[in-house]
Amino acid sequence: MNVLRSVGRIIVPPLIVGALFVGTWELIVRIFDIKPYLLPAPSAIWTALVDNVDKVWDAMMVTGANALVGLVFGVICGVALSFVLMRFNVLNELVTPLAVALNAIPIIVLVPVFNNMFSSTTEVPRRLMVTLVVSFIVLVNVAKGLRQVSPIHMELMHSYAASKSEILRKTRIPNALSYLFTALKIAAPVAVITAFVAEYFGGSQNGLGYGITSNAAVSRTAASWAYVIGACALGLAFYAAAVLLERFASPSRRPASSSSANRTSRSQPQQHTGGLAPGGAMT
Amino acid sequence: MSAVNPSASAAVVVERTSMVFNRGRSNQVDALADIDLVVAPRDFVALIGPSGCGKSTLLRLIANLIEPTSGTVLVNGKSARQSRLDQDYGMAFQQSGLFEWRTVRKNIELPLELKGWGKSQRRERADEMLELVQLAEFGDHLPWQLSGGMQQRVAIARALAAHPPLLLMDEPFGALDEMTREHMQAELLRICDAADTTVVFVTHSIPEAVYLATRVVVMSARPGRITDVIDVDLGSERDEDTREDDAFFKKITEVREALRSGEATPPASVRGIEDR
Repeated sequence: MNVLRSVGRIIVPPLIVGALFVGTWELIVRIFDIKPYLLPAPSAIWTALVDNVDKVWDAMMVTGANALVGLVFGVICGVALSFVLMRFNVLNELVTPLAVALNAIPIIVLVPVFNNMFSSTTEVPRRLMVTLVVSFIVLVNVAKGLRQVSPIHMELMHSYAASKSEILRKTRIPNALSYLFTALKIAAPVAVITAFVAEYFGGSQNGLGYGITSNAAVSRTAASWAYVIGACALGLAFYAAAVLLERFASPSRRPASSSSANRTSRSQPQQHTGGLAPGGAMT
Repeated sequence: MSAVNPSASAAVVVERTSMVFNRGRSNQVDALADIDLVVAPRDFVALIGPSGCGKSTLLRLIANLIEPTSGTVLVNGKSARQSRLDQDYGMAFQQSGLFEWRTVRKNIELPLELKGWGKSQRRERADEMLELVQLAEFGDHLPWQLSGGMQQRVAIARALAAHPPLLLMDEPFGALDEMTREHMQAELLRICDAADTTVVFVTHSIPEAVYLATRVVVMSARPGRITDVIDVDLGSERDEDTREDDAFFKKITEVREALRSGEATPPASVRGIEDR
């Protein structure tokens, strides 16, 4: 009962706000008679989505697969690299500033280069792009978690005459685990964004990004928006999966901090998708 | 200290030990100069002095978390390093330093895990320790679910889990409120009595030092030296009445004056000393 009520408290207010937003949108389009190629009404987008649901679904699967493959490889690379950096201090001092700097560069612009390097008819360039973006996020966070162990924990472990590998297993890795999940929650929606933005730069014509650009190019704006809804749904699904994975893997975490962390980072994907989140709620 | 040769059977022997940080550099710090200290088994020694007098440094030397610049440190008749490797002591700090991803019981089991104890043996001892610090029903809780005082009790239980003959404590009650603190002091005395533990205890509270210790070691700063050692005999049973005893207040005055005279020689201010 209590659980239901708290779930309701989390879900109901955004639903109301979303419904109000969509309603206002519909009203404005009708009252001011806005042309559908400028801004289609939510009802028109809904119709377009229903008409194209198979195509949107297929496109979601393609983009989703790219995002997932890139995410998995990115996490593996990022974690592996952070262990290497922890092991070799010199390397760490060389690479970490570099990783942070690279993280600030919009590396997505490399996609055309990747398209030239690898065959642009395969999904390799896009998956590579996602891997690259994700591994930086994971590397920066996990390396921090492995290194920034509380000094008291270190003194205690020394007082127990713990070996390096015991310190690694019982202190560094558990400490880094929460950093890994934080990284995952950031990286999961970013993987989706990267995967479909990568499609804007050409390559095979089967994903969400292509669906958006190709329909927008011929003024089928409502269909374009239908793909946008697909992108929102995909991003939210990835984020939700990351949150669930964290709950499942470390249920022992302090709920207060993890829920407040969720609350702040939950606003991130909504910011990325802008006003389109209510559209996602519509599906 | 009744033995003819106290250092032979002593729990801790610190001999002509100095500690210099950043030697030869512009930021050189003479943390400790020529320290001699003998702690007999079952002694409760409180180290007190102003901030920067090196009392925590001295504790870390005994714990072999740092190596002295010169001099020798023996713990239980062995080198400090060997004693650390043998886990001859338990340690507790101002922050409980519990591992937040481990349950209370798993935290207490950690030193035993690292000693290679078996699972059932560990569990048995952890439950015994939980009983001792009166947290038996909290074994499966996580540290954040406990109050600060309870967390500190878990940290003490963890420090004592392997039944080490020596307990090293660095202002373990410094972050607690006065009520909890007095309660914890009484608990600590009870626990150490029950387990026959020798204690070296760093504090900056005079009443705390006098209430807990059988000997109060007064230190002064720059360089850190021992200026006075005051024996405290408030009877074997110390309880809440002890805190209102005349003898208790007399000792507090004695320690306070020792701290002041220690400060008088080099004009360093006595900072960080609580008079309450």
